[in-house]
Amino acid sequence: MHGFANPARFLRIARWATPLCLLLGLVLAAWALVWGVFFAPADALQGDTVRIVYLHVPTAWLGMGGWSAIAIASFTEIVWRHPLAGIAARAVALPGAVFTALCLITGSIWGRPAWGTWWVWDGRLTSMLVLLFLYFGYMALDAAARGSQQAGQGQSRITAIFGLVGAVNIPVIHYSVTWWNSLHQPPSITMGKSAMAADFLVPLLIATVGFSLIFGGIVMARMRTILADEQAEARLRRKAMRAQAPAVGEAW
Amino acid sequence: MTEAFDQWQFVIAAYALGGATTLGLAAYSWLAMRRAEARRDKVREG
Repeated sequence: MHGFANPARFLRIARWATPLCLLLGLVLAAWALVWGVFFAPADALQGDTVRIVYLHVPTAWLGMGGWSAIAIASFTEIVWRHPLAGIAARAVALPGAVFTALCLITGSIWGRPAWGTWWVWDGRLTSMLVLLFLYFGYMALDAAARGSQQAGQGQSRITAIFGLVGAVNIPVIHYSVTWWNSLHQPPSITMGKSAMAADFLVPLLIATVGFSLIFGGIVMARMRTILADEQAEARLRRKAMRAQAPAVGEAW
Repeated sequence: MTEAFDQWQFVIAAYALGGATTLGLAAYSWLAMRRAEARRDKVREG
């Protein structure tokens, strides 16, 4: 793992992996969504609205997975001071927030015909909304730390601690449907088991892989953006210092 | 009194929003990366 913490090695891999992940992800996600809309059967109880599952479940998985990645990267940065860990955490925040928001909105759109309401303040929906606010808090804290020059390329220490502490919400989201009464259904897919028929499960798995690849491609693109910005700024600073050096000498 | 829903309206709304947002975010991230790397290369050469 430590070998991959080298930015030059990361850039060598990311140069081909970024477009590959994005293209493959877009193809798989589009294939799964077309399958879900036109070829998968309607549900016996929910009718055609069940087709929203092919979008809702991957976005929920990525919203929660995104924060798990922030927590792991934050822990890695605090403990081992990996140069890329903080950059990875910062890069995950925006796509994590966007996919969490998409999960909430698609869930709300699905909830109206399925439950008869756009929103209920139950455990699953509320904890997912809290996750969205945690993402906003993380991004605001990161921007504030950056503005006050407390952080280098990575996160500031306080942002990393926030990323770590916020992970307490992930098991709350996961178990909310079993801990509390909820309109939301219990998990259909658990480790090694599925309550879903193969007709629904196969396109759902393809959609999840596709959206995960898109998410990975976006994160790599954002990490490359942060690294390129920092490299340009560092070079400009060195140039400015070299330009100032003779003037300082003359003054003496 | 019961409401009659056209279920496809909800499916289309969810897919349009999800598809447009995902494509938009991917394109924005890709273009920002290309811009940042072009700027870095320009600074290196200059």
